[in-house]
Amino acid sequence: MPPLGEVIRNSQIWKSIFRHPMPTDRRNRIVVMLTNFFLHLHPVSVKKQGIALSFTWCMGGVTFFLFLVETITGVLLMFYYRPTIEWAYNDILALRDVMSLGIMREIHRWGAHAMVITVWLHMYRVFLTGSYKPPREFNWVVGVILLLLTLLLSFTGYLLPWDQLAIWAITVGSNMARATPFLGHEGPGAAILTVGGIDMITDASDARFGLLGARFVGEETLNRFYVLHCIALPLAAALLLAIHFWRVRKDGGISAAM
Amino acid sequence: MHVNEAEFLQGISGFLGSYYVTLAVLNGIAALYVWERLEKSRLALVWLALAVFFLALSPLAFSGDSRMMGIISVPGSIRNLVNVVMGIPWAYSTGTLVFLSLLYFFRKFFVKPVVAWSGLNAALLLMGLSITNPSFATIVTKPDNVPIVGLVFLLGFFTWLGANKAVTNDQRMKQGLEPTEKMNSEKILVWPDLVYTELICMIALTALLLVWGILLQAPLEEPASSVKTPNPSKAPWYFLGLQEMLVYYDPWMAGVVLPSLIIFGLMAIPFIDFNKQGNGYYTIEQRKFAYLTFQFGFLVLWVTLIVLGTFLRGPNWNFFGPYEIWDPHKVEALNNIDLSEYFWVIGLERALPSAPAGAGAIEQIGYIILRELPGILLLAGYLLVMPPLMAMTVFRKFFFRMGFLRFMLLANLLLFMMLLPIKMVLRWTVNLKYIIHIDEYFLNF
Ligand code: HEM
Repeated sequence: MPPLGEVIRNSQIWKSIFRHPMPTDRRNRIVVMLTNFFLHLHPVSVKKQGIALSFTWCMGGVTFFLFLVETITGVLLMFYYRPTIEWAYNDILALRDVMSLGIMREIHRWGAHAMVITVWLHMYRVFLTGSYKPPREFNWVVGVILLLLTLLLSFTGYLLPWDQLAIWAITVGSNMARATPFLGHEGPGAAILTVGGIDMITDASDARFGLLGARFVGEETLNRFYVLHCIALPLAAALLLAIHFWRVRKDGGISAAM
Repeated sequence: MHVNEAEFLQGISGFLGSYYVTLAVLNGIAALYVWERLEKSRLALVWLALAVFFLALSPLAFSGDSRMMGIISVPGSIRNLVNVVMGIPWAYSTGTLVFLSLLYFFRKFFVKPVVAWSGLNAALLLMGLSITNPSFATIVTKPDNVPIVGLVFLLGFFTWLGANKAVTNDQRMKQGLEPTEKMNSEKILVWPDLVYTELICMIALTALLLVWGILLQAPLEEPASSVKTPNPSKAPWYFLGLQEMLVYYDPWMAGVVLPSLIIFGLMAIPFIDFNKQGNGYYTIEQRKFAYLTFQFGFLVLWVTLIVLGTFLRGPNWNFFGPYEIWDPHKVEALNNIDLSEYFWVIGLERALPSAPAGAGAIEQIGYIILRELPGILLLAGYLLVMPPLMAMTVFRKFFFRMGFLRFMLLANLLLFMMLLPIKMVLRWTVNLKYIIHIDEYFLNF
């Protein structure tokens, strides 16, 4: 009887998934990169310098990993959490006190903080190595949008526990919107936008209202932020991440490979 | 806080004791590394001695006894001094700027691993000695603030690492050699080298997140209530730099215009920076201007303001020293003066121009403009006169190499970036409130 590992690797099922022998020799190490869906994000070979930890700090990779962690723990949290005023707080309380996998909330929250930090560090590294210079200008711009999306994801998620910390942080943050020039009812220039003496920009039609769905942080806001946090922003981030990674390769790989 | 100080000390004793043991272990590892790998036996002895020192502190901490803890605390007189000195409005911002400038100018010294390791030890020891202070401990160990402590140390480390590599490269390039990054242009296969690094990273990170999640519970305060306003009300920590700007600018500037310009400015960087050198390797000498501008924006104007907003701003957004109790009744005299008042009332000794009763809308606007004319002229001068002035003087070379459009973009972004420090200095020195103050149209600047 051959060893079990070999039996598995010779089975029809295994072979239907992995269409080549173990990547133990040069040929198969190349083939594995080309035939595996996940691995083909990477090139087959890279310059040694390009992946040196002390050069990239691995921060882009860590940020992406945290994005995946947030996605998985987030989906699990969505199974329990109901975004309504009656339930939101209680559901979080239950996650803390009675749910057996309640630690998902901790991981989700600390992962979110960590992601904000690592995305800054990644940007910092890209700046310090001048990796935004031609031909990578556009990918830097994509990166800045990703940075913004990361912050917005974190900000919208902050409201969901519906505790004092949450609503007041969001109140402070979103109060800015009412001072938007022209579009906020306390913003400079808003008074000019009148039609026949009627103000167009009021506290029920300005930028803040659009953000909150109400004049203050309330039920509508919870719903709005929930949808942004769980659907709109992650989808946008996923799309931009795809572009970001694609461009890393199309722009000639990590910059030290020059 | 003061009543159950003994209880507080007992509460942190376990953490603090383990903290010192960890520091001892770290220095032990450092000693071993220096001894085995670098074969510098004297230096190894230094780190070993430090390890023993930290180990000796740990039983004092574990005891939780207030007399023992007193020994491993920052002395009261120094604490008071720090509170008083930092209470001077310009001390914190100017201090960090001076500190970072020193690091920059003497970077050849500071990038040495020995110096960095000593600095790290000093910082960690200071943290340990401070955490026995209840005010300090409360604010630093608040669960949502822990990431910022992490951020500060991580940024310190990576700034050091980047500078270290840049200094090495700069020295090499001065001798006509290529930067270290280019020496290693050998190609390697992604499987196994990169794939395995990634796998190990993922496992380590998962472990880290799990431990973090087990040790530190995510915060959950009382249920939301729209009538009970907490004091202070703070935005999430990554926006506290913006909230701090509210001290100097109204929300339309601090919350809308400046943040939009930050995002826009970041996106514009690759199109402004025409310098072809320094692409794909660490260097400071070859791109000093870009380096310093970015560091000023990121470290000084963004990160230090976040640290300020998180740790040093208490009730009513008043400033509190790191060891000061957050007293909600602390009053800070606010006698800030508008530029218009400086000009008309104090300078010309007459009343502010104001429209006579029953004046029409146009007339009223005319009077408002007259009243704010000094500020309007000043701002217009700043934004219109400075760019050509810059182009003709300090930025002469840039202007010719960049072309008109690029240069105007750079100049305007720089000018807007400097609006914050300028207003800060004006506030500290002459208590300036608004340069332009048009409450009638929410146009305060
Ligand atoms: C969700 C956020 C982000 C993720 C997951 C991400 C991921 C990555 C990864 C995995 C790489 C490969 C190299 C490395 O790890 O350093 C990379 C490269 C790059 N990233 Fe990002 N990134 C993000 C945000 C940003 C931001 C905020 C910027 C800049 C403002 C940026 C600019 C770039 C550039 C220019 C490169 C090419 C660097 C080079 O070739 O050396 N990215 N990114």
